[in-house]
Order: sequence, then structure tokens, then C-alpha cells
Amino acid sequence: MKTAPALPGWIAMLRQRLFATPMDAAVTLVCLYVVWRISVPLVDWLLLDANWQGRSRDDCKSSGACWVFIRARFGQFMYGMYPGPERWRVDLLGILIVATGLLLSWRGLPQRRAAVIASVIVLPPLGVWLLYGGGGLSLVETREWGGLMLTLFLAVYAGLIAVPLGILLALGRCSRLPLIRFASVVFIEFWRGVPIITVIFLASLLLPLIMPTGFNVDRLARAVIGLAFVIAAYMAEAVRGGLQALPEGQTEAAQALGLGYWRIQRLIVLPQALRIALPAMTNEFISLFKSTTLVLIVSIFDLLGIAQAALADPAWVGMNMEAYVFAGAIYWFACFALSQWSRLRERQLQAAHGR
Amino acid sequence: MKFIGLAAAAACLVGAPIASSAFAQQLAPSPTLDAVKARGHIECGVHLGLPGFSFANDKGEWTGLDVDYCKSLAAAVLGDATKVKYTPTSVQQRWAVLQSGQVDLLARNTTITFSRNATLGVDFQGINFYEGQTFVVRTKAKVAAVKDLADATICVAAGSTEEKTAADWFRERNLKVTIINFQKNDDAISAYDQGRCDAYTAGIGALAGQRIKFKDPAEHQILTEIISNDPQGPVTRWGDERWQLVVRWVLNAQIAAEALGVTSKNVGEMKAKSQSAEVRRLLGVDGKFGDMMGISNDWAYNIVKQVGNYGESYERTVGMGSALKLKRGANELWTKGGLLYTPPFQ
Repeated sequence: MKTAPALPGWIAMLRQRLFATPMDAAVTLVCLYVVWRISVPLVDWLLLDANWQGRSRDDCKSSGACWVFIRARFGQFMYGMYPGPERWRVDLLGILIVATGLLLSWRGLPQRRAAVIASVIVLPPLGVWLLYGGGGLSLVETREWGGLMLTLFLAVYAGLIAVPLGILLALGRCSRLPLIRFASVVFIEFWRGVPIITVIFLASLLLPLIMPTGFNVDRLARAVIGLAFVIAAYMAEAVRGGLQALPEGQTEAAQALGLGYWRIQRLIVLPQALRIALPAMTNEFISLFKSTTLVLIVSIFDLLGIAQAALADPAWVGMNMEAYVFAGAIYWFACFALSQWSRLRERQLQAAHGR
Repeated sequence: MKFIGLAAAAACLVGAPIASSAFAQQLAPSPTLDAVKARGHIECGVHLGLPGFSFANDKGEWTGLDVDYCKSLAAAVLGDATKVKYTPTSVQQRWAVLQSGQVDLLARNTTITFSRNATLGVDFQGINFYEGQTFVVRTKAKVAAVKDLADATICVAAGSTEEKTAADWFRERNLKVTIINFQKNDDAISAYDQGRCDAYTAGIGALAGQRIKFKDPAEHQILTEIISNDPQGPVTRWGDERWQLVVRWVLNAQIAAEALGVTSKNVGEMKAKSQSAEVRRLLGVDGKFGDMMGISNDWAYNIVKQVGNYGESYERTVGMGSALKLKRGANELWTKGGLLYTPPFQ
């Protein structure tokens, strides 16, 4: 009896999975060909034929992407029109947030819980002060903010409002008190039913018309609040999913032990419910992050807006591909990082709870 | 109507009135002008980004023909062309931003139309750019006027206003053209660039921006003849006639300066030596025209000195001195065959 010569594992695997029958082989070859035809020009354009050095359009001589454009505009893509000498404040805030985040994720930190609460209380106002100024720092109006910094600001601050508000709304919707339940349902259903673009538009345009002159809420703040309300409504539904997944018996048992409502929620219900809701909440947050680009219609130059604005400069007209590829890549990295972080947290929480 | 009422109420409340000069008693009250002087800068609503008209350069400075108008206004009212803050406005929000008092005026490529003037509670204070639909053709095709395009093929986006205007124009004149429709503007443009059509049609300002994207911009020319009528200029709210007066005559001063031969280079000399009565009134030597509006008498001097006359501004932003290389065409002085006109400074 003849046996086939033993093949290395990976070749065997390839043969079994991709070339098992003539039909499989044909499909594989066609797919490979398609990938090849797409990726070769793509890599050529993105990297091999791209122009990296120079200062102006004239330096882009080869056929690939003109990354010179991104280099010349990099400062604006990151900070918008934020005045150059003050940009260290944005950098400092970024470093502070990353450092705090790393420190807090270190499990050996003494008083970790207190540190988390303290940073959540201290960092957001500190951030606004650093960016906006006042009290020793020169004022930088929000109209000068822009680029990635503004996108992150919108997402982070809208998220800071939306998460606690969403949790409260979810609790309210599950509450036994009819008035609170009704108010929560109305809030959630209203904000969930209105398109974000409408909310931003109304917040930006209708509010100044109906509010008395002199009482002027900053237009960026209006956009943040508008975004936060919509996302809070979605977050509330995500959290409610978590709440409803918990057996009723847990609450009843806690009540039997004599715990009050808020202690039951804080100690027993929410830690479990949030763990269950985390993937859904992350999903909402990623969607929020991408929705921030809608502020473009009220002329707030977020990352995408500043990229489009750069295309109006006659020096760079026609660099659409470069601008969108660059902005898209940054959005993708941010969203990918967020979802990786969420998966990490899920694993940690599951390990911690032994499930 | 409620919208306009609210806007008007907001406009009336802007800023506390302050007596700013000895002429304050004789002048009609101008809350906007008072507010501008009190805050020390003009709030100018500009386009989000339009090549040549309003855009931020690599250094983040706003530039363009409309931006130059804002600077001229600041030079006239505050004596310093840099005292402008720009609010980029999108098409959707521009009227509300103006009506709610977030900006003092709009200078953002907005076409003047009857219905806007009659229903939106806004006033148009003159024309700083005669926009209109025209054609881009290859230089070697020897096309001088739109009628020379007879028997040509023209690329357009299907269902666009441009398609209809162009088709009507040629039909009315019994000229045969082949119009090729494309799904999107960009497709029509690249089809033209690749040689499938003899011409592509759009607004003259938009074409100038598009031409830069062509493989070799110098091989294409934009016809100066326009087949539609979309005049554009600064826009103010209803009410506050004295502010409207200032906005209108700043534009007129830019045009008059060019017509009278006053440029940023010779303005000092002209002010000191010119014997022309109109130049002397314009530059504030005689007549105290600034006082009549409640601003400094050297308002027009400041405009020309700091920003330049209309022609200088045009050449620098959209004309031959810029990347857009747009000829003057309709935006030439009335004395040189264009449409730009100013009433006299008398």
C-alpha cells in the first residue's frame, strides 16, 4: 500500500482548506487574483509612489499620494486654528489623561477607587480650563478649536455626560415610581427618535434665536449637550438590557438584608448590569465618536471638517483622497483602540468575577 | 414671520448704545456699529471653504475675496484690517447665524435673489462678485464666446441646474450641442479632463477652483461670458440702516478707489497731493464723509492702505496673481467693459 509522502503541516492545511477540489482551487485563485489587482495599486498609491518630502503641491511629482499635504496641514488637522504658541496646553492635557489612565489601570495602586473618583471629578474641569484658558492662561475661544482635538473633546465630554445620565435613565425606566418611569421613558423615546443631525442643528440655530440676547451658551457646549442627550438615551437602553438580565431575586434578597435602594444599585445591581452592558455601551460610544463629524453642518471644524476645509485652499485643491484617507485612518485607529480596550475590560471583569 | 420677529428683536438688543462721537445726536442710532466698536472687532460670517473666496491657509489665516471684504470693513470701522473674527457658516445655517446676531454680516458667496430679500429678513448691500454659469474649454480649441461651442459636446451632472441652464441657452439660440450626462459632478469633470467632452460647465468661481485639479491647468481656459445671473455680495439683517450704509459704502469705496486709480502703493501720495475732488472726498481730505456714517474720516484711506482697492484684492485672491487665474470678465469696472459700478462719492 502506497502512502502519500508526509507534507509539512501548513501545506497540508492549505491543500485541505483552499485547494480540496478543483472548484475550491478555482475560487481561491480568483480571490487571490482580485486581492492582488486591488492591493498592488493601493500599496503603490499609499506608499511606494507616494510623495513624502517637500512643502507644496509642486513637490508632488510622482503618481502616488501627496502626503506633503498632510505634513503641511498636520498642525491644523490636530489642533484646528488653535493658536500655535498655546498648543502645549492641548498636549499637556493629552499627556495628563493618558498618564492618569495608565496609573488607574495599575491594579496595585493604593486607594485605587478613591483615585478613580478623584480623577473623574478633577480632570474634566481641569481639561476645560487648560483648553479654554482664563485664570492665568490666555483665552482661546472654542471657535479656534478644531481637528482631532475637537473630535476627542466632543466625544469625551459628551460621553462624560451621557454615561451617568444613561445609567440614571435606565434605573428610572425600571423604577417602580410611575412619575420617574414616565419621565425617563419620555426622555429616552424623544431623544432616541430624533436624528442627531436635527439635534445639533436645533441646538446650534434655534437656541440662540429663542434665548434672550446676552445669555449665550457657547456653540460647542450646545453641540456637546445635544450629542450627550441623544447618546444618553441609547446608553440607557443598553444599560437597561443589563439590568433586565439580572434575576429579580438578587434585589429582593438585598432588600431582605435591609439595604436601601441606592446601596442595592451601587453594590449589587449596577456592577453586574454594567458588566453585561459593557459591549453594547462601547458600541454606542463608538457610534457617538463617529457621529461627532455631524457637527460639520454647524461649521464646527472637527477632524473631518478641518480636512474638508483644507481642500478649499487653492494650494491644495484636489487632494481629496489624501484628506479622506488620513481622516478615515485616524477614526479607524481610535475606534479600533476603543473596541480593543472594551474587550480587555470584559476579560478582566470576567476573570475578576470568576465566570 | 415669527422667526424674523425674533431675529429683529435680537438685533435691536445687541449691545448697549454708547455715544461714540460728537455727531452721535445727529446720526441715526446704530446698535450694530456701536457693538462692533465696543467689542473691538467685526464678526464676519464667511464660507466654510471656497477656493479664492474664503479659506484658511496653512498658517490658519483666513484669505480670499470675501475675507478681504471683511478686512476692508474692519479697516474702515476700526482702523485695523486685522480686527475681524471669522465665523465659518454652512449653507444650512447661514441665515440663522445672521438673524440671531451671531455675526454682523455675511460675506460668503451668497446669491442675491428677490425671494431671499423679501422673505428672509435680510438685505443685500451691493455686489462684490458677479457669479454666473460659464464653460471651461481647452485653450487650443479657439473658443472665445459661448456661441462658439456650437456642435460641441458638453459634460454635465445629470439633473443639475447647470444642465438645464446650458440646454436652454443653446436651444433658445438654435445652436446644436451634445450634452453628456453624468451621475456626479466629479465624474463629469474627470470625463472632461480625459477629453470625452469639449467643455464642462459650472459657476465661474467653482470652475476656477476645479481647473487647478486638472492634469495641466494651463491647457484650459474659463470663458468670461456668463449665461446665468448669480450676483453675490455682503448681506446684513433688516434694520440698522446706518450699519447697512457703512457695509454698502465700504464696498463702493473699494470699487471707487480702483476707478480713481488709488492703490495701496500710491494712497499716501494721493491723499497728500491729489487735486481730484472725488479722490479728496474719498480719502477724507475734504467732506468729512466718515463723520456722516459715524466712523473715522480716513476710513477709505485705511481700506486702500491696509487691504487695497477692489482690483488689487481681486488679482491677489482669484485673479492672475492667485492660483485660480480668473480673468476679470464681468467683474471689471464699468469703464472697462465690466459690470462693477459705484455711485459717486459726492
